[in-house]
Amino acid sequence: MPTKAITPDYHGDFQDTVDKYHGQQLISVCWEKHTSFGWPMCLPVPPDMPFGGIIQNILPMIYSDHPDFAKIEWDKVQWSTSKGPFTPDPAKSLADHGIKHKHQIRFRTPGLDGHNGGG
Amino acid sequence: MAADGNTKPPKKLSLKENYAMLTRGLDWEPTYQKKEDIFRTIDFEGIKIHDWDKWEDPFRLTMDAYWKYQGEKERKLYAIIDAFQQGNGQFNVTDARYVQALKIFLNGIVELEYASHRGFCMLGREFPGAGPRIAAQMQSIDELRHATTQIHAISHYNKYFEGMENFPYQFDRVWYLSIPKSFFEDACTSGPFEFIVAISFAFEYVLTNLAFMPWMSGAAFNGDMSTVSFGFSAQSDEARHMTLGIECIKFLLEQDPANVPLVQKWIDKWFWRGYRLLALLATMMDYILPKRVMSWSEAWTIYYEENGGALFADLARYGIKPPKYADVTIKEKGRVSHEMWSVFYANRNALGFGIWLPSEEEMDWFSEKYPDTFDKYYRPRYEHWRELEKAGTPFTCKVLPQLCQTCQWPCLYTEADDATEFVHRESEYKGETFHFCSDGCKDIFDDEPEKFVHAWMPVNQIYQGNCFLPGVDPTAPDFNPMAEALKYMGLKPGIDGGLFKDHLDAKRWEQWTSRPANIHEGAYTDAVRSTNTPAPKA
Repeated sequence: MPTKAITPDYHGDFQDTVDKYHGQQLISVCWEKHTSFGWPMCLPVPPDMPFGGIIQNILPMIYSDHPDFAKIEWDKVQWSTSKGPFTPDPAKSLADHGIKHKHQIRFRTPGLDGHNGGG
Repeated sequence: MAADGNTKPPKKLSLKENYAMLTRGLDWEPTYQKKEDIFRTIDFEGIKIHDWDKWEDPFRLTMDAYWKYQGEKERKLYAIIDAFQQGNGQFNVTDARYVQALKIFLNGIVELEYASHRGFCMLGREFPGAGPRIAAQMQSIDELRHATTQIHAISHYNKYFEGMENFPYQFDRVWYLSIPKSFFEDACTSGPFEFIVAISFAFEYVLTNLAFMPWMSGAAFNGDMSTVSFGFSAQSDEARHMTLGIECIKFLLEQDPANVPLVQKWIDKWFWRGYRLLALLATMMDYILPKRVMSWSEAWTIYYEENGGALFADLARYGIKPPKYADVTIKEKGRVSHEMWSVFYANRNALGFGIWLPSEEEMDWFSEKYPDTFDKYYRPRYEHWRELEKAGTPFTCKVLPQLCQTCQWPCLYTEADDATEFVHRESEYKGETFHFCSDGCKDIFDDEPEKFVHAWMPVNQIYQGNCFLPGVDPTAPDFNPMAEALKYMGLKPGIDGGLFKDHLDAKRWEQWTSRPANIHEGAYTDAVRSTNTPAPKA
């Protein structure tokens, strides 16, 4: 719906377009069921970063303090975005996976559902 | 008076006549300007008003009565505040962690009172009806009075405690203060009718009882006579504001049936935005008040479910339904404060107040008040974090949150029907993705995306490189964007936030009062004398 306003065709300039991030893009990362981390994490990354970089660098940086993290069997992790499940290729880039600016990468680790039920 | 002394003084108007003159008799129909040129913002929202004189202000307050009442309130309030200051009343509160709640309240609310003052100034100019215009002008003065009084409270507490010295600067910059800021900026940039439904009805009438009743009784219970006196002083204003809220809703609904769907849409939107804003209050009530009066869940049951239920039953005759997603607020009431305190704890170094884990005794209180959720989800979390604290490796979140494009809270909430699953909601608009904390916030965005695409979202701004003080070189090898962003926000790393046991407020409190800074934890320092020692006899 258009915004009702005293000026016709009211419009707002997008505040967070990808060109404002100096060659990087924002992604959100969410480890499902691990609510003790409080929120999906937002961070800037280069679009040509290989997906393996997410697994080897980004996720341990965010989540490795959690007792479940060391128990993750990475070949059993279920990956998804808001568009549905996908199988990542560690060698291919985020862009190759169709993960654009402000997209969200979710991963689920069945059987690892938070420490003692506390997320 | 005539010099001969024979002329009688003119008969003084009765209050009723005085009010009628003020709101009807003194108004006039313009002749050399078109009415639509004078009241330019009154039509674009689509609200139809046929007869402004149908507006009935139940208080019928005249200007001279208004000044008299307000003047009396001010004299009483400042007499008490003076006594509080001279008697070092700040040390009579329960403990120094109570002051942490005050910081959130004062840093968050002063600018909201001021924003409300601005909003009602606009209504006091823009409404064509003199009755509501006068009511709005009075309320705008009330709101300015509340802001002033709160600033006086800040100026006193600021002499003794950290984190209150910079409220206007911080309000525009601190990441979590963007939540209240964006709330009122959304309201003030709406049309006059949306503003009055948002603030007078959805916020003041439906929701602020939650702020005034449990919070003010919490302040009294914890010995803060300064805040209590402010509360009493403001509450009689609030009663008038709430009456304005219900009167305005009835007026809009009775003027034209076409107004009903617009009013319903605004009630849905502003109930949800107000509810999200009050999540801060939930946390203050459950976690920060050292002596608690009731849980957030109990407060929501009484002040929304029961009182609000009766209100919306009354409005049903106009075709108004209870706010959309009210059911979600009820499902969330056992979780909101715990989810929020968890994120405050995990991000304590980026806050303007000290943070602690609940003690065993407090966790038992939570188990009793939150039998369906606390032991299942939050007790195990806190016990784990307690162990990490003891091991010297306290849990800390390392990355900034994905924010909700509408309310600007981090997307920290869980699904209404499953407390173990994060809410994921997004919209794509003109090729760009926007995230939301809830269906309520997604609906608000989808209805007016152009209003929200240019929201100033703190996390996104930090990553764009817009949150550093002048002179900082982002290309320097030791550049730390998070540390620089905190400085930009006016938060002093290692002083304002962090673990409460290490906080300057806690240490000073124990030195100055010889009492524990956190009554649930025992002494943090050697300055606390044994409370078992009997006082020496005179």
